[in-house]
Amino acid sequence: MDRFSWTNGLLEINETLVIQQRGVRLYDGDDKAKMDVGVALLSTHRLIWRDNKNHECCIAMPLSQILFFEEQAGGIGKSAKIVIHLHPTPPNKEPGPYQQSKYSYIKLSFKEHGQIEFYRRLTEEMTKKRWENMPVSQPIPTGTGLQAGRTRAVGIVGIERKIEEKRKETDKNISEAFEDLSKLMVKAKEMVELSKSIANKIKDKQGDITEDETIRFKSYLLSMGIADPVTRETHGSGTHYHMQLAKQLGDMLQAPLEERGGMMALTEVYCLVNRARGMELLSPEDLVNACKMFESLKLPLRLRVFDSGVMVVQLQSHSEEEMIASALDNVSDKGSLTAEEFAKLLGLSVLLSKERLLLAEKMGHLCRDDSVEGLRFYPNLF
Amino acid sequence: MSFEWPWQYNFPPFFTLQPNADTRQKQLEAWCSLALSYCRHHKLYTLDVMEAQESPMFNNKKIERKLSMETIQIVFEELRKKGNLEWLDKNKLRCLVMWRRPEEWGKLIYQWVSKNGMVNSVFTLYELSNGDDTQEEEFHGLEEWMLLRSLQALQTDGRAEIISMDDGKGVKFF
Repeated sequence: MDRFSWTNGLLEINETLVIQQRGVRLYDGDDKAKMDVGVALLSTHRLIWRDNKNHECCIAMPLSQILFFEEQAGGIGKSAKIVIHLHPTPPNKEPGPYQQSKYSYIKLSFKEHGQIEFYRRLTEEMTKKRWENMPVSQPIPTGTGLQAGRTRAVGIVGIERKIEEKRKETDKNISEAFEDLSKLMVKAKEMVELSKSIANKIKDKQGDITEDETIRFKSYLLSMGIADPVTRETHGSGTHYHMQLAKQLGDMLQAPLEERGGMMALTEVYCLVNRARGMELLSPEDLVNACKMFESLKLPLRLRVFDSGVMVVQLQSHSEEEMIASALDNVSDKGSLTAEEFAKLLGLSVLLSKERLLLAEKMGHLCRDDSVEGLRFYPNLF
Repeated sequence: MSFEWPWQYNFPPFFTLQPNADTRQKQLEAWCSLALSYCRHHKLYTLDVMEAQESPMFNNKKIERKLSMETIQIVFEELRKKGNLEWLDKNKLRCLVMWRRPEEWGKLIYQWVSKNGMVNSVFTLYELSNGDDTQEEEFHGLEEWMLLRSLQALQTDGRAEIISMDDGKGVKFF
């Protein structure tokens, strides 16, 4: 309790109130403090406590004094508490209610509850450390100075502090990495290194069992999407695998494409190919990458993307103008057609027939009639 | 004489706003001319937007198609840009339809005036729009606000001057 200083309770210019909680009693270590129950206030810079009855009695402590803190659950007849461990008093501390104390920790006892939220906010503020970015007029001692004569708890406190700092560093690392996905890719390499070193450390400590664990660890990273950066660099975009696959697709799809009028949606291709393979199925990614290589490998197939985003594989010999001209003929014949009717007429899937009609509309050959009866296409008589 | 509908009126796509830009332009022009000729035929000078949606002008019951409110507003905006329509209120619920623009009316009136050798005479507005002499003329029955605008157009051209008289307005032609 000797870390507190008297204060007028007013917030400084850059200081903001984060949360306040009534019904808080202070404890000096394990002993009840000489004050009554009051209001605990958490700001971006300080922990403040004010007596309920006597508002003049107001004390505060900079948040930088806090080493770490933990919750202490309540029980029967006992309120929940937050135990706050503190750095040693800095030399230039303003006078407070206690000249000295044998404890280097205090407790906040929440007689009217509210400890969960207070704890959460305190954690937030201690992570954000906003007081470092926003200096206020009063000097805030950071508690790094060691006091001669306080030899008792220094060693443990020092070790505790180091652990805390390391934890913060890893925490910061992780939060920075996730902030920006592209930064993540850069950090990914670091992460992979980190994961390797952690795996090694585990191995050193525990011996042979860790083979599996190392593999498991790597698989976790992989599942997060951080594939080993090395392989992507060595293979580049035109992998042999995709090239072989493209050739295979070129052979396999000729017949089905001709059956279906020269064009198939990529989803249909995916189903067809994987059903034929039975084993060693293709991922959608691999399929798309293979299809993208048709042109460069001079295969008679093309991957084509419509405006709406629909992707199809079509024969190179497929001529779009012919298709549209025949579409116009069909529509004129029947007066008007819906996508479903057109699909039935041509033996195409509804999706593809709609794409064709939309394309014809885009070229100005057709116009649409949109009503409660549905979407119909007419020859463009305008 | 009953109103002759243009061929588009019975073409269902006419009532759907076309996404293709070229097609849309042709469609809107057809709508503008339909709206104006309908108003001219029925001598409508003002339109209420809500009523218009249900009127045969935008609602073809035979083919069960009608223009959506959104498209009607687009058509009206086109008319406004061409100078054939003016909003009477901020909420765009009522408008004036000038199936003939004020300048065109002005010209017609002046032609009649000069044909009958009545240049330099003074007329009251009432005489022009409702007088016996003008019964055969197209501008007979023209609503006062429209007449006034037409005369103002002539005034800007320097071919007329609007005068205030005891019981209303009059005009002198030069």
